Amino acid sequence: MILRLKYFGMIAEAIAKEEENVEIQHRTIADLDGLLKRKYPQLVTLEYQFALNQTLAGMDEIIKDGDEIALLPPFAGG
Amino acid sequence: MNLTDKEKNRYNRHILLDKVGLEGQEKLKAAKVLVIGAGGLGCPVLQYLTAAGVGTIGLIDFDVVDESNLQRQILFTTADVGKLKVEAAKEKLSQQNPLVQFDVYPEKLTTSNALSIFSKYDIVIDGTDNFSTRYLVNDACVITGKPLVYGAIYKFEGQVSVFNHKGGPSYRCLFPEPPKAGSVPSCSDVGVIGVLPGLIGTQQANEAIKIILEIGVPLSGKLQTYNALNNAFMMLNVKRSEEQINKIINESANFETFDYDFFCGVKQQNTISKEIAVDGLKELYEKGIDFQVVDVRGEWEQPRIEKGNVLIAPLDELDEFVSQIAKDKQVVVVCQKGIRSRMAIEQLENEYNYNNLINLEGGIVNW
Repeated sequence: MILRLKYFGMIAEAIAKEEENVEIQHRTIADLDGLLKRKYPQLVTLEYQFALNQTLAGMDEIIKDGDEIALLPPFAGG
Repeated sequence: MNLTDKEKNRYNRHILLDKVGLEGQEKLKAAKVLVIGAGGLGCPVLQYLTAAGVGTIGLIDFDVVDESNLQRQILFTTADVGKLKVEAAKEKLSQQNPLVQFDVYPEKLTTSNALSIFSKYDIVIDGTDNFSTRYLVNDACVITGKPLVYGAIYKFEGQVSVFNHKGGPSYRCLFPEPPKAGSVPSCSDVGVIGVLPGLIGTQQANEAIKIILEIGVPLSGKLQTYNALNNAFMMLNVKRSEEQINKIINESANFETFDYDFFCGVKQQNTISKEIAVDGLKELYEKGIDFQVVDVRGEWEQPRIEKGNVLIAPLDELDEFVSQIAKDKQVVVVCQKGIRSRMAIEQLENEYNYNNLINLEGGIVNW
């Protein structure tokens, strides 16, 4: 299945992309996280949360074809 | 809280609005809002809340105006460089609207002062620039039951939300764990486009006003993201995590001793930078250096150190002796084998911010 990924803040900078489509055979956010960390090892040291179809999602949530998934880092600046 | 004729005239454009009216403007006058930090976010928040006629505005910031602030903190002028931010802000804002009461706190927000300050206000607005303070502010809002208007920025991107409002989520429900220290740079490290905090801070002011007036839909349970480069707004749903909230509530009795710098990795545990052996301690005596020995053993344990400035402060009573442990000179912490003294140093560094402690490696048995 194909997922639409959106990257924010230093995540977008670290992988030099703001969005992309990713093909994945697995089923959960945790599977996706593993795939992304293998694809982009620079993610390992960064903190972020997943949003699945505009809702913050835990690692065990099920993903399906066509889902939009955002990687959100915390910002410190004020 | 009734409005004077002068106020009715000044706030006429609010009063004309169906959703505000006289009643709404009176709510604004009665409201007490605390702004944490007079930086990029805090400045526009302060300016709009002042203009709107919020009756009491508190401002806490320990910093002074730096020339590099002026690119985005448009409350300040070149003449303010070097002045305390709270003083410069109060001066400007009082000119902007003399009908507003300003309480300024020229101090660092800590676990010691947060709860008592927060309890005086209805709403807290976070304009801080580091994770330690953001977690501290969030937890203090949960403990004192205050809604928190959150804003944060990075280069060209911003986030806005309302936390702890009418049973909604808190910051920890969004980001349960702080990022590794140093992995998220601040504006002073990587820069920020000057208009961005103006946009995000203005949204924070808007959220605070909506909460006071009880109109519209505050951003509770939502995180709004904005990218100034492509004008992309995104609205995300954030769920309340009872586990996270309960963690804060259950630990609330320990709030005042919790070390947020350590929690956020700003300070490292188990890294006692300085250790000396018995020979090193003898050398300190021989050189006539002014230092203190803190012996954390029981009084019966032998051998004792008889010379110099020695404080007996058994480890299990250490808290009671903190006021007698020097911060302005070297302090050698000793015990029988160097284990309890190491624990004492960890406790003193983490809970009381000591940075002048030396462990007697191997203990006093070799004395």
